[in-house]
Amino acid sequence: MNKHFQYVLRMGDNALILGQRMSEWCGHSPFLEEDIAMANCALDHVGRARMLLTHAGTLEDKGRTEDDLAFLRDEREFFNFLICELPIGDYAFTLMRQYLVDAYHFHLYSRLQTSSDGVLAAIAAKAIKETTYHVRRSGDWIIKLGDGSDESHRRMQDALDEVWGYTGELFAADEVDDFASSKGIGPDPHALRLDWERDVFDKLRTATLRIPEEIWPISGGREGVHTEAMGALLAEMQFLQRSYPGLNW
Amino acid sequence: MSETEILQLLESVHDPEIPSLTIEDLGVLRSARVSGDTVEVVITPTYSGCPAMDVIEADIKKCLTSNGFGNVLVTTRLAPAWTTEWLTEKGREILKKSGIAPPSRCGNVNFPENRIIECPMCDSKSVELLSQFGTTACKALYRCQTCLEPFDYFKCH
Repeated sequence: MNKHFQYVLRMGDNALILGQRMSEWCGHSPFLEEDIAMANCALDHVGRARMLLTHAGTLEDKGRTEDDLAFLRDEREFFNFLICELPIGDYAFTLMRQYLVDAYHFHLYSRLQTSSDGVLAAIAAKAIKETTYHVRRSGDWIIKLGDGSDESHRRMQDALDEVWGYTGELFAADEVDDFASSKGIGPDPHALRLDWERDVFDKLRTATLRIPEEIWPISGGREGVHTEAMGALLAEMQFLQRSYPGLNW
Repeated sequence: MSETEILQLLESVHDPEIPSLTIEDLGVLRSARVSGDTVEVVITPTYSGCPAMDVIEADIKKCLTSNGFGNVLVTTRLAPAWTTEWLTEKGREILKKSGIAPPSRCGNVNFPENRIIECPMCDSKSVELLSQFGTTACKALYRCQTCLEPFDYFKCH
């Protein structure tokens, strides 16, 4: 297995799949400014996916472009974290999922700026600026809605209870992660976890939310084993290329 | 042809949304050189997903091929990362004249809006943030509390 390729591919998949989910709110958000904000942030993720998948294609060295990777792979060949593919649910769920992933990306991209992989470091230097805005925005919403009305608090607590089991996967380490950290390509996931927990626990407590007790973590993304939702997501995302192979602008 | 002459030709390539703002003013155009029968132009993208970059690349090619260059290569260079600090003074003036408040100098990119932002219409410092996300990925939406007009602010990046 080309572990360097695999490592970057996962990152690209996280950006692509999460960007796709966020885009689903376009035209459907609770109010106009939030519709624009969500779409803007989704665009940042898709843009990031373009750069990461292009770099992955170069590392794989089999001639696959960003478009080949995004639109022609099947479900078992995607390696995003499951948390990214979860359906958008209500707005509370979307924002809670968003914040937990934004906080992860903030620490990941901060550390990747010194990656031994020069292209990854450059992508990270770009991404960290946008992620800094993302995590401020989503973090603000956690507090506003968590420490909000009875209804907003209830919805946010339900969202946290539902999504928490998916966060463990972010910090698990397999041979690809070990390879990346031993080569200085990526950070040690355990170190990331400490930073993330510190920020997230503080934020959730300020939002008067109860942090769920440790539960059995749900995973599978690194092996390409996905939730039921992934098939439907890809069917929609890849529809054009699957129906009209080779179609371009 | 020298780099200077090529850069002069590229002065006609502008931001797709703001015709008076050139890619040089934006700090997107990094360098240009002739190597054999190929002219290579290096650009650096502003935001990760900025859709204008594809248009800018196409415009660069069109500009140079219509000026007689057979082989045009546009290279996107990610590092060093583009920053609003690369906007020229002229670029900032043009933004303001187009009704967009130019970015503050980013001392600390983590807290950009602690700087004072002025209304591009009436210069008032009494403004309020409506949304961190405006009409495009690079802008935030503000409203002037003096003349009551809403305006875009180019976010410090």
